[in-house]
Amino acid sequence: MTESTDTRTLRTQGTKKPARDGGIRESAVSRTVAMAVMIVATLYFLTPLWWLLVASTKTRSDFTTTNPLWFADFALFDNVAALVTYRDGVFLQWLANSALYAGVGALLATLFAAMAGYAIAKYTFRGRETLFNVILGGVLVPATALALPLFLLFSQAGATNTIWAVLLPSLVSPFGVYLSRIYAAASVPDEIIEAARIDGAGEVRTFFTVATRLMAPALVTIFLFQFVAIWNNFFLPLIMLRDESLFPVTLGLYVWNTQVSQIPDIRALVVIGSLLSIIPLIVTFLALQRFWQSGLANGGLK
Amino acid sequence: MAITRFARAGAVAAISALALTACATGGTDAPGASGDCAPSDGPVTLTFTSWLPGVEEAVAIWNDENPDIQVEVQTGPNGNGGTYQNFFNQLAAGNAPDLGQIEFDAMPNFRVQDGLENIAACEGILEAEDQFVGWTWSQVTFGEEDAVYAIPQDTGPMAMFYRADLFEAAGIAVPTTWEEYEAAAVQIREQGGYINNFSQSDINAFAGLVWQADGQWFSNDADGWTVDLTGAETTQVAEYWQGLIDNDLVAVYPPWTDEWNAAYNSSELWTWVSAVWGANTIASGAPDTAGNWAVAPMPQWEAGANAAGNWGGSTTAVLKGSDHPYEAAQFALWLNTDADALTAMNRTANIYPATIEGANLPVFGEGVEFYGGQNIYEVFAEAGANVNPDFTWGPTMTQVYNDVADGFSGAVSGNGTLLEALTAGQASTIAALKAASIPVKE
Repeated sequence: MTESTDTRTLRTQGTKKPARDGGIRESAVSRTVAMAVMIVATLYFLTPLWWLLVASTKTRSDFTTTNPLWFADFALFDNVAALVTYRDGVFLQWLANSALYAGVGALLATLFAAMAGYAIAKYTFRGRETLFNVILGGVLVPATALALPLFLLFSQAGATNTIWAVLLPSLVSPFGVYLSRIYAAASVPDEIIEAARIDGAGEVRTFFTVATRLMAPALVTIFLFQFVAIWNNFFLPLIMLRDESLFPVTLGLYVWNTQVSQIPDIRALVVIGSLLSIIPLIVTFLALQRFWQSGLANGGLK
Repeated sequence: MAITRFARAGAVAAISALALTACATGGTDAPGASGDCAPSDGPVTLTFTSWLPGVEEAVAIWNDENPDIQVEVQTGPNGNGGTYQNFFNQLAAGNAPDLGQIEFDAMPNFRVQDGLENIAACEGILEAEDQFVGWTWSQVTFGEEDAVYAIPQDTGPMAMFYRADLFEAAGIAVPTTWEEYEAAAVQIREQGGYINNFSQSDINAFAGLVWQADGQWFSNDADGWTVDLTGAETTQVAEYWQGLIDNDLVAVYPPWTDEWNAAYNSSELWTWVSAVWGANTIASGAPDTAGNWAVAPMPQWEAGANAAGNWGGSTTAVLKGSDHPYEAAQFALWLNTDADALTAMNRTANIYPATIEGANLPVFGEGVEFYGGQNIYEVFAEAGANVNPDFTWGPTMTQVYNDVADGFSGAVSGNGTLLEALTAGQASTIAALKAASIPVKE
């Protein structure tokens, strides 16, 4: 947090000087406009979150009868208790599943992307650019478009409705390979790799002990992107999974939401469940943004 | 990395081709050959996909009593929310569950895509007809000889929920005809309320109103399907509601939203013409109005008539390719006729059974506090018996619902009319049937 304020002060100081020569008035106007746009955007993004937070604290009857953007009787903990006990706590199972799919998936995807990106950046071999371009092409194919073909493939293998049906497709990140390549090329000097080789380190050891450290900020970025992508991935689990105990939290909440006409009371659980399901994302982001930001700043300096 | 990418691209191309062929074969409507239906040797395990909350409880009763026929429950979102698409994917991949929940309005879709087993030859299935409310059986046989494609599970007979207290205080008689309903709407509007909300997105509710008026949207014979979204009865219903909308006599809140609930809770809306399961919707969405509601039969087009519509309801179908159709059929029949199973499903999912006997379950024999102690289920049982048995759904109802809903949401904001929306829906439905190679008469 402090770092981000620091950068901001630096930047404003930086822009102030030329502004003095050019004309303060324009700069003030444009800054006000920019500020206004940002405030509107912030409200636009935060209002639904605020609504979610407020709605989660309400009792079922207050939910429809009171102002949707302000608190009524505080029942957050009752709601949480109702949520985690409903159907023997299946919601907690869903959270654990999401953590498994997103955590393990993002970790392995980051590893594979780093290895591939590093290899493409640092080794010369035939077909290197073709390989890279094909991978880059993968960025353009939306995951949703691949879900149905994947389902048919997994059906052939008899692996639908298993953990693997969601985990395996999550292990590839073409964007991650792209970022790793760019970052490895810029931040891992050939001299260091040479030095490591002269010191007797093998290629794998060089990669894990030297390259990954230098690439760390990029790896954190890839991990974050992939974590969020898997956590929010809804379509693939929808198509692959039938067993309630394998659902990730997104699919579980969606299923509940479609049952509202049968069991209207379930709506309150969907609301409180949605709130709880975004907390891990926020925590992950806050915990990792320090590495991420310093990485971006370093990258910029180079 | 590269190899998987290439392999995957190849697979995509191959499978897209496969999907196209699968669609193309969907048009052929093979006659329902009722072959044999013999029990399997040895113990079997059946898979059953249903989105009924808590259906596991009813299934557990079966599993205890039938150690050799174990049923595994799989779940997912409601049919149009993704489970139907999953069924079709699974049918294409050859790993469909043995049994699936399918709503009445989706049955023709599965039938024309050849996704259903004919279980008529299975023991006791044809004889079960008498146990079910008349109209439900024609929905699972499609009028074919020696054919049963599913067992009806639950229904949504329609009636009118109304605020007994407000009608009484205002001295307005509870309407029994649609003419009286409109007159009451005017009086209620003078009091600052609305008699009802016109739902722009519940096209199946509108279909229920057309159903009550004896209208027909679809019919089919050997030469193909006939689409008639703008028939005389439909036009009558559409123009009636268009009049109410034009004269600001009904509200037009998007249904199932907070503001819609709030409008009921704040006594702005006085009635809701809806299905039996709507009883819980009101109780949950308008808690402050507890005890003030009552239920009366739907208003009629002809004074003294007793026609009713239906909104919702589903079946348990045996999906094509099941290795154990005999056992699957036995389970489906048990699930939807056994008193304990029906009671369990009513408790966990509020279902209203499709059997005649189901209306006599103890749970339906009591007054309901939210409705001032009235035994509202008597009204619904009678409505269920008065539903026209000949209403036919089309094979592309999801598309029909979406297209007409687009037009309806325009109409409620003054952009076109309900009838124009139905006319557009008529054209797009014929186009959709043709695109799916389903024979259609124009």
